[in-house]
Amino acid sequence: MSDLVAIMKLLGLFALGALVATPSFGPSAFAQTPSPPIEIDYLGLKVERTLPLSYLDQPPADEGVQGARVAMADNQTTGQFLGQTYHLTEDIVPDAAGAVDAFKKRIAAGTKLFVTDLPAPILLQVADLPEAKDVTVLDATAHDDALRAESCRKNVLHTAISRAMQADALMQYMMTKKWGKIALIIGGDPADKLYADAVRNSARKFRIKIVKEIPWTFDPGSRRTDTGHYAVEAEVARITQDVDDYDLAVVADEADNFGDELPYRTTEPRPVAGTQGMVPAAWARPFEQWGATQLQSRFLKATGRWMTDNDYGAWLAVRAVGEAATRGSTTDPAKIGEFMRGKDFDVAGFKGTKLTFRDWDGQLRQPVLLADARSLVSVSPQPGFLHQFSELDTLGVDRPETKCHM
Amino acid sequence: MMLKLLSAVALIALAEPAFAEKIFVSNEKDNTVTVVDGDSLKIVETVKVGQRPRAILLSTDGKSLYICASDSDELQVLDVATLKITGTLPSGADPERFDTSPDGKMLYIANENDNKVSFLDVAAKKIVAEVPVGIEPEGVAVSPDGKIVVDTTETTSMAHFIDTEAKKVVANVLVDSRPRVAAWTPDGAQVWTSSEVGGTVAVIDSKTHAIVKKIGFEIPGLTSGKAQPVDIKFTKDGKTAFVALGPANRVAVIDPKSFEVQKYILVGQRVWNMGFSPDQKRLYTANGVSNDITVIDVAEQKAVKSVPVGRSPWGVVAAP
Repeated sequence: MSDLVAIMKLLGLFALGALVATPSFGPSAFAQTPSPPIEIDYLGLKVERTLPLSYLDQPPADEGVQGARVAMADNQTTGQFLGQTYHLTEDIVPDAAGAVDAFKKRIAAGTKLFVTDLPAPILLQVADLPEAKDVTVLDATAHDDALRAESCRKNVLHTAISRAMQADALMQYMMTKKWGKIALIIGGDPADKLYADAVRNSARKFRIKIVKEIPWTFDPGSRRTDTGHYAVEAEVARITQDVDDYDLAVVADEADNFGDELPYRTTEPRPVAGTQGMVPAAWARPFEQWGATQLQSRFLKATGRWMTDNDYGAWLAVRAVGEAATRGSTTDPAKIGEFMRGKDFDVAGFKGTKLTFRDWDGQLRQPVLLADARSLVSVSPQPGFLHQFSELDTLGVDRPETKCHM
Repeated sequence: MMLKLLSAVALIALAEPAFAEKIFVSNEKDNTVTVVDGDSLKIVETVKVGQRPRAILLSTDGKSLYICASDSDELQVLDVATLKITGTLPSGADPERFDTSPDGKMLYIANENDNKVSFLDVAAKKIVAEVPVGIEPEGVAVSPDGKIVVDTTETTSMAHFIDTEAKKVVANVLVDSRPRVAAWTPDGAQVWTSSEVGGTVAVIDSKTHAIVKKIGFEIPGLTSGKAQPVDIKFTKDGKTAFVALGPANRVAVIDPKSFEVQKYILVGQRVWNMGFSPDQKRLYTANGVSNDITVIDVAEQKAVKSVPVGRSPWGVVAAP
C-alpha cells in the first residue's frame, strides 16, 4: 500500500469518526451558526507521586485531566444544540517555571479560561501575573483554606472543596452522632499540618473536644515484608494508649502514608475518620445518589478507571464554564467568567442541589460526602444545621468570618 | 324483599370489587415488580424481572406491561393477566424512560448512557431509528396526535422536540437544571417539564417552543432546594396537574390554568413517579426511600394509605 493510499484511508476513517461523533440535525435544530470555540486550558503540575500505603489503589497518572475531558464531552453535546463548541488544551508541566511559561503562552494565544491542578504557591504565582488580570482560573484540586482567605484572588474560583469544608462536614456528622471527643493523629507533611488546623478550627466551632494531638513519627521501613504488621500494630497501640477517652480518631495524612493502618489497631476500639477511614470528600467511589451513578459509569466507560476527587473538581470546573456559556448565551470568555460569578448561575453536580460560587471567596458551595472505601456513610450539611441563606454555607468559611478581601 | 335486594347488591359488590385493578411497582434495587391488588391493597405477586427495573408502561391495549430493565439493556414484557414475563424487546443501552405512540405500534425509549432516543417497532421487535440528543436523556412524552416526541436530557438541561415522521430533532428548549420528566397537557397545547435541581416546572408552548411559565414550589417549613420536581400527571379532563417533589416527600396539586399550586399532599419519602388508577379516582406514588407506595384520593386530594413494596420503588402503573 502506498503512503498516499494509507493517508487516504486514514482520512476516510477520521471522516467517518467525525460523522459518528457529530450527529447531524435538521436545520431548525441549530439556532445559530457555530461561533469560534470556547477555549479552556487545563494546567496541571506533573506530580511525582509516591506509592500510597495500600497497594490496591495506585494513584492514576491522569488524575484531574480526565475529569476535564469527560466534562468537555458533556459540554460539546450540549453546545451542538446551541451552536457552541469548546476546545481544551492540556498543559502538564514539570515545575513552577513551566506553569508560568505555559500560562503566559496560552494567554498570549487568547485563552482566558483556565482549569488548574496546581499547588497553592504555583497557583498564586500564575494568578498574580499581570497578564492574568482578566482571566478566570478555576482551581480544581487545591484544598488550602488560605486560598479562600488571606491569599484569595479575584481571578480565582474554587471547584475543589476547602479543608474547612471537609472538617466541618465531619464535625457536623459527629454532632448528629453526639460524639464529642477526638484524638487527632497528625502526619509529618506540611499538608497534614494544614488539615489538622482545619480540624482544630472546626472542632472549636462545633464545641468538639480534641483530647489529645498525636504526631505520627513512626517509619516502619519494610512493612510489607513478612511480620511487618506486628510492628505497625504495636506502634498504633502504643500511641493511642494513655489517651483520655475519645469517640473518634481523626487522622491527618493527605499523602496516604499511614492512615490506613490505624483502624482496628488502636488500643481502645474507636472508628477512624479524616484523610482515611470515613473521609469527607467532594466525590467518592461508593456514591450513587442523585444520578451520580450516571457520572460514575460515564467516567468509568471513558477512562477505564474510577473517578477521584480531583477528577470531580476538574469535571465541575469545565462544566461550570459550559453552564455559564449555555445559560448566559455567550461564547465570550470574559462574559462567561462574569456569568459564573453572577446570581443567575448554577451548575448541577449530581448532589441533588444547585451549586453556586460564594461571592466572598470564590468557593463553589457543595454538599460534602462522608464515605469509606465501600460505602457512603452520610452527606453534610447534616439535617438540622440551618442557615439564613443557604444550608451549604454551614460548611466552610461563611461571609461574616471571611478573611478574603478582594 | 328489601333484605333480599340488599344481599343481592352485596353479592354483586363482592363479585365485582370497586377497584379490580392491579397496581404494578418496579423496585429498582430488588430487580422485581410488585403486583398489588387495587381492592385489598395487598401484594398478590412479586415478579422477578431484569436488572434495575425503572420505568414501566402499560401497552395501549392494556394487555402488557413494558418494563425498562436498565442494566439488562432490554425491555421486558409482562403479561398483565398471567403476571408472567412473556418476552423481551430490544431497547438500546440503558433504557430509563419511554412512551408509546397512540396506536401502540411504536415505543420511544430514552437511552440514558448513549445520549439518544431509540424508536422501537413493537411488532417487528426492532429498533428502526436512533435520534441523538443531549447528555443523559430521560423523560419521554409523545404528543396526543403522535407526531412529536419530547425528550428531556438531564445534563444538557434541554427538552428536545423530535418529529416522529422525519425522525429528527426540530427544536431544543433550554430549561432549568436536570430536567427529568416531560408531560403533554391532554389538549396537546403545552409540554410541561420538571427540573429536579432547578426546582421548577417549565410550561412550554408546543407550537412556538417558548417557555410561557416556570412554576416554583414554596413549601412552608422546607428550604427551597428540597422541592425537586420529577413526575407530572394530568387528569384526563386537563383540570388538575400533580407533580411529585422528590425529597420534599410531597405531591403538589396545580391548577393548569392559573399555574397556581393549590395544595401539597404529604406522601412517602423521595417520591419520584406516579400512576393513576384506570378510573382516575386514585393516584399512586412510588416512594423510593420509604420503600412504599402512597394511595391518593384524587377528588379529596388526600393521601389515604401507604403500602410497603420492594426496595427503591421507581415507577407505578395501574391496569384494569
